[in-house]
Amino acid sequence: MLTLDHLTVAYDGTDAVRDASLVVPDGSVVAVLGPSGCGKSTLLRAVAGLEPPTSGTISWDGADLAGVPTHRRRFAMMFQDGQLFGHLTVARNVGYALRLRRTPDAAARVADLLGLVGLDGYADRLPGTLSGGERQRVALARSLAADPRLLLLDEPLSALDAGMRERLAGDLDRILRAAGTTTLVVTHDQEEAFALADRLVVMRDGVIVQQGAIADVWAAPADAATALFLGYARVLDGAAAATVLRAAGLPASSSVAVRRSALTVAEPSVTDGGASGVGAGLVGVVRSTRATPDQVRLVVDVDGVGEVDAVATPGAPTAPGERVALAVEPARLAPIGG
Amino acid sequence: MTRTSTGRTAALLGLAALPVGVLAVFFVLPVAGMLERGLWPEGGFDPGAVLDVLARPRVHRVLWFTLWSSTTATALAVVLGLPAAYALYRPTYPLRGLVRGLLLVPFVLPTVVVGVAFRQLLRDGGPLGFLGLDGTPAGIVTALVFFNVAVVIRTVGSAWEGLDRRPAEAAAALGASPVTVFRTVTLPALRPAVVSAASVVFLFCATAFGVVLTLGGTRYASVETEIYLLTTDLLDLPAAAALSIVQLVVVVGLLLVAGRARRVPDPTVARHATTARPRGVRRGDVPALAATVLLLVAVATPILTLVLGSLRDDRGWTLRFYRALAGDGATGTDGGAPRLVVPVTEALVNSLRVAVDATWMSLLLGMLVAVVVTRRSRSRAERRLRGVLDGFFMLPLGVSAVTLGFGFLITLDEPPLDLRDSALLVPIAQALVALPLVVRTLVPVLAGIDDRQRQAAASLGAGALRTLATVDLPVVWKPLLAAAGFAFAVSLGEFGATSFLAREDHPTLPIVIFRLIGRPGELSYGMALAASVVLAATTALVLLAVERLRVPALGAW
Repeated sequence: MLTLDHLTVAYDGTDAVRDASLVVPDGSVVAVLGPSGCGKSTLLRAVAGLEPPTSGTISWDGADLAGVPTHRRRFAMMFQDGQLFGHLTVARNVGYALRLRRTPDAAARVADLLGLVGLDGYADRLPGTLSGGERQRVALARSLAADPRLLLLDEPLSALDAGMRERLAGDLDRILRAAGTTTLVVTHDQEEAFALADRLVVMRDGVIVQQGAIADVWAAPADAATALFLGYARVLDGAAAATVLRAAGLPASSSVAVRRSALTVAEPSVTDGGASGVGAGLVGVVRSTRATPDQVRLVVDVDGVGEVDAVATPGAPTAPGERVALAVEPARLAPIGG
Repeated sequence: MTRTSTGRTAALLGLAALPVGVLAVFFVLPVAGMLERGLWPEGGFDPGAVLDVLARPRVHRVLWFTLWSSTTATALAVVLGLPAAYALYRPTYPLRGLVRGLLLVPFVLPTVVVGVAFRQLLRDGGPLGFLGLDGTPAGIVTALVFFNVAVVIRTVGSAWEGLDRRPAEAAAALGASPVTVFRTVTLPALRPAVVSAASVVFLFCATAFGVVLTLGGTRYASVETEIYLLTTDLLDLPAAAALSIVQLVVVVGLLLVAGRARRVPDPTVARHATTARPRGVRRGDVPALAATVLLLVAVATPILTLVLGSLRDDRGWTLRFYRALAGDGATGTDGGAPRLVVPVTEALVNSLRVAVDATWMSLLLGMLVAVVVTRRSRSRAERRLRGVLDGFFMLPLGVSAVTLGFGFLITLDEPPLDLRDSALLVPIAQALVALPLVVRTLVPVLAGIDDRQRQAAASLGAGALRTLATVDLPVVWKPLLAAAGFAFAVSLGEFGATSFLAREDHPTLPIVIFRLIGRPGELSYGMALAASVVLAATTALVLLAVERLRVPALGAW
């Protein structure tokens, strides 16, 4: 189990990470999520032993890691762009850590790992001939071959295009679960975090602002900025918040974070505004629309609330200027600050 | 600061200790000793003597000659080198590699050899004797251009080769003519490379020693040869020190300019973004190709003249000059020239032995320096320390080899550093002369390695040495071999410092060549030509091997 206790890391005199405490239990996948420059990479590098802590401790199963150099920590790190050794074949890259330890049957283990990441038959290729996704798969296999106590993933999917990212995210999740590897992943992409992690740590400006089980953090962001970073479309305050919460049948709160899909355009037959149900009560004028393959995304000026985002099924009559009724989905709202 | 960062600084200083120590004893001490003789002539500080020197008409002439000859030679080298840089690095065609290699030859020729070749070409009765250029400034400038055009071709050519073509294509699509494209897009992108090449060429021209000494004699002296004449012939140390100071100031200034030019966005940095597709020859390439062919002819002429001259005497073709290389040069028929102290063949063996020593020394120092200055800094203080060390290790570039050699003579002559008779004195001096070249060949390569590669290896369990073997060695071994080749070639041709330090009975080949051309008689002159050919061929062989490694020569200055 990895434990960070009041860890502070300074870089050139400024604190990149300040007073961070967190735990990565054995077998779990913890994601540190934050915008770029929030200090999450520094945190990861400190865990890897690449940056010295200014104060606080990093320990594994209770043993302080201060003074233990990177190569003796058995924490394998996988970089955003793989950092494969360009002059070694795929098999020799993957077998690197095995050769360091003179593991018998290294070849069989390499073949197993290549199979695990879906790269059978790639053993003799050079990294330069691989696509970005293939390179990341090799990097993953190389990290797993080290049989690490802890796997450190630095934005493992960020360098890939959207389609590849989605496929590899699924594979990565499956592989990590199958291997049962304790993993700490840092990312700025909330989808990446959601796809991989079971615990979420949100960082901003070098400070951990929230952590917990992924569903809990998602359902109750600590503050407005966290909510927006977690993919909530808007945060409403005061009267607007009260109106939306009342329409959703939820207790009042000083502000509320609203996902885009929280508000849906009700069927045309109920646009008279007098319809029944929890969604009743929100009516507004469509300001703009944008069509996507799955849904129509709208900005609606709701009476008593102001401009909010909403969605409608394709084909719904949602031209700008039109008055529509909106249904509210309570599960897609997150009250903030009681 | 934390424990770890103190440890890092200690490790940094530990690595730097050897090069810093060597440089302090064998560079700072001699140069300081030389300056002390000039500035404190009778024990008291007397800068007036130096200022008096700078007021002498002869010194004015020397300074002016150095300035205008170097400027002219630099301008000509750039003008002649640009078309060739284009023709040799942009279109592809058969034999391109061969032409590239041939045009590099002059740069690696020992300076004394170039001097001898041009004398043979320009003297009365020589192939170009009718031009009347022998012993004129024009002859010296021509030789300097001959020597340095390869620098321009190399530096600008490799930048041009890696240039992203799309901005030029975009400009053309916007309606720019080829000339406009060149003027508004290509040339600005090449500017850092051109400035960098021009400053290095100016530096080489302004500190050229062997070429100017053999072609200019005492009539046309540059600052460098004047320092030599003042110290060896006239024993006027204050004057020599004054000129050394002027040279040091100018050269350091130049290096700073070159450094600034390098800091502006350099196209070679972005070159990995796109791999330029090779393309064949187009009609528009013809002028550049023609200019390159002419340049090739111009470069080949002195070399061919040298080779032919070594194979002919009054009576026709002969090998007797080569056969004479094994003897003492005192044949009865030859007007009583005094016998040589050692046969030329023995001088060649001396040269090779010295070059081996100089090579391992400069490689050892150069590697340590390159590692020290390229490792990623963790703190501002560490970064500043590395910056200071980087500048310190480039100092030998700023001081003339002649100053260095003379400084050795006057400071390393008493206990505990009485090294005058040490066989290592010459190799050490040559290693220092070669050091900047070695460092500049290795630094861009080491700096180009993504530090995260080392971190990846470490996180997989590799220790420091293993990381070095996995990440650094595969990238650096070729440049290392290339640097060894350069150091070897520099050492073979080194003349400035060696002329002070080589013992009478233990001369290197360039020294013997210089002695031979100073002696009367056809045999001596013929032997000088033959020995020059041998030296040139040896150097060319070494550099040809380097060229096979395909490492960008000269590194990043």
